[in-house]
Amino acid sequence: MATTAKVPPRGTLAARADLKASPYLFVSPYFLLFALFGLFPLGFTLWVSLYNWKLAGDKTYVGLHNYRFLLGDDGFWGAVTNTLGMFVMATVPQLVLALLLANALNRRMRGRLALRMGVLLPMVTSVVAVAIVFSQLFSHQYGMINWLLSLLGVDRIDWTAGKLPSWTAISAMVDWRWTGYNAIIYLAAMQTIPSDLYEAAALDGASPRRQFWHITVPQLKPVIVFTVFISTMGGLMLFAEPMMFGDGRLDGGSRGDFQTISLYIVQAFRERNNYGMAAAAAWLLFLLIMIVALVNYLLVNRVRGTK
Amino acid sequence: MTRVLRRTRAVALAAVLALVATATAACSNGDDGLDANGNIVLTVKVFGGAGFGYDNLVKQYEKDHKGIKVKYQIVTDDYDNEFRPQMLQWLEAGSGAGDVVGIEEQGVGQMMSLSDAWADLSQYGLNSRKKDYPSWKWELGHTGDGKLAGLGTDVGGMAMCYRTDLFKKAGLPTDRDKVSRMWKDWDGFTKAGEKFVASGVKSAFVDSPNQLYNTRMIQEAGKADGISYFDRHDKYVLGKNKAVRTAFDYIKTLNSKKIIGKYQNLSDEWKKAMQADGFATMACPAWMMGVIKDTSGKSNAGKWDVATVPGGSGNWGGSWLGVPAQSKHPEEAAKLASYLTSTSSQVTAFEKISAFPSSVKGQKDPKVAKLSDKYFNDAPTGKIIGDSVRNFKPVYFGELHSAVRAAVEDVLFGMVQGTYSPSEAWPKFVKAGQKVVDTSQ
Repeated sequence: MATTAKVPPRGTLAARADLKASPYLFVSPYFLLFALFGLFPLGFTLWVSLYNWKLAGDKTYVGLHNYRFLLGDDGFWGAVTNTLGMFVMATVPQLVLALLLANALNRRMRGRLALRMGVLLPMVTSVVAVAIVFSQLFSHQYGMINWLLSLLGVDRIDWTAGKLPSWTAISAMVDWRWTGYNAIIYLAAMQTIPSDLYEAAALDGASPRRQFWHITVPQLKPVIVFTVFISTMGGLMLFAEPMMFGDGRLDGGSRGDFQTISLYIVQAFRERNNYGMAAAAAWLLFLLIMIVALVNYLLVNRVRGTK
Repeated sequence: MTRVLRRTRAVALAAVLALVATATAACSNGDDGLDANGNIVLTVKVFGGAGFGYDNLVKQYEKDHKGIKVKYQIVTDDYDNEFRPQMLQWLEAGSGAGDVVGIEEQGVGQMMSLSDAWADLSQYGLNSRKKDYPSWKWELGHTGDGKLAGLGTDVGGMAMCYRTDLFKKAGLPTDRDKVSRMWKDWDGFTKAGEKFVASGVKSAFVDSPNQLYNTRMIQEAGKADGISYFDRHDKYVLGKNKAVRTAFDYIKTLNSKKIIGKYQNLSDEWKKAMQADGFATMACPAWMMGVIKDTSGKSNAGKWDVATVPGGSGNWGGSWLGVPAQSKHPEEAAKLASYLTSTSSQVTAFEKISAFPSSVKGQKDPKVAKLSDKYFNDAPTGKIIGDSVRNFKPVYFGELHSAVRAAVEDVLFGMVQGTYSPSEAWPKFVKAGQKVVDTSQ
């Protein structure tokens, strides 16, 4: 191709080809990179998932054995339950809170800019830092939360023992970090809603609450769909928070109460050197995300339909 | 104008193509393990915060061996989560592993199951090193099919660290010889625990179940047939193994007497407990003493002391050096590995980073044997640790030993934590290990 550079394109054929082909060429780097780092790993993972694949060891074709094993494995189903449970526990309050927060920030008030920046601050802190601080707050013997509970005369809770306590702690971490992010997105969308809608509603005597539910929320629908999608992906791929909460281990507590699918995947290849099983679990996670995203999409659509 | 535009476009187009071409043309430089001057380059890859303490040894080796250059690399401080997976990828790829590499206890079972990946060191006359090592350390450096693939560097050994102030409060002896005698065997340890609990001192007697369990289990297995979770054909035999059951039942008993705390080793909670008098004793390999010093800090100096471990022997941690089969210069690499693991090198590394020698002679070297620690009331830690590994018996690990160990220790910890009832714990314990075996097949 060095020669093409030296020879200037001549004649109508070259000119036409240039006109037709170059736009594709200019966007091609993205697609090439996507193919290399997106599609190829996806396909390769599918291929690996059909093998008993050991790094630096044997690779034997096992067909759908890995999938069959996972679908019959209570450990995997436990991880699915934990992931979905934490997803619901974290995402629902997160988005509702973000919406209310955005609505509040959309009002006229002092120091609005500082407040708006403030809700974004948790976003820029590293997950690990957040997880360390929260793990300390939720520490069994020496945590602040148990200390407060003991002041109220409530027994200490061992937050890592049991599903409900551990899910609560991890959801709190996730929400602390992501609520502001969603709030800012909602806020940006709110500011594009024409103010005459509100003025007309106000003239008709609609209370702020009615305005919020009947103007703001329907107008925000596309953005809400977007945030639901993003939170679905993030929520179902939850990894760093439960790992840090479990002191860097992949087991999700002594009984696997907060082992997410991502942790299960990493455990399968890190601890057990079974890339085939990990790949199959990754594909099942991919399918799960698709299903949950679809369900969410239908649900969100319905919310608007019944307004 | 159009012409200029066209030309710029053509150039841009070519640039894009060129970029793609360079991106796709993978770098393929033939590496023969030689540098520009024809010297043999040997790469040593190790891990750990301070590495293996080889900086000066490597320089000396280069000086003594003309024509050999050594690249000493500390890849990461985390063996199990970073170095081990990375090493597997290098071994899989067939390049990048280096010529002499570190293998930690946590990964030795798995690495030794990959027989093809390692050079046979006995081919280079290194069977002669057998006499330098206690038998277990030597045995663990062999692959499943009996190839010598790893030469021992350091060991963790095992002792019990205990808090003299809390012992005094509970009416237990504080002198280390008396304490060692008090828990000479495991029943003695139970009795001491009972006395401690009865005294009403608020701390837990021991931090957590797992290291006690492991120490006892390996002692029992060593006394019997040297088998723990897998037999020598890598068949899962945990459920039928007497040594495992004895150790499990022992922890169950201690737990029923409320002798064990719920502090997962090395967790944040555990570190805080150490500072806040959360527990009175803990399993203490050589490297753990550094952790205690760093964690409990100056304010607790002199409160800790060191006694022998119940049953007299134990080990937690320690490493080997192996030569990957992919090395371009396995013979030179084997010689370097032998030099770096020699008794005198082990003593040098001990002086540099406190890695306790696995070499029997190294342990008797006055610099090591006379080691004592001010922080621990001048306890003769060198002698205590040395004694604990000398009588240690070899136990076979197998590929999945570490993975099974992690899973069954979860159940053990869960029993103490209360997530498993004591009556369901044993079946769960056996099942957890079985699950690891199933998931890896």
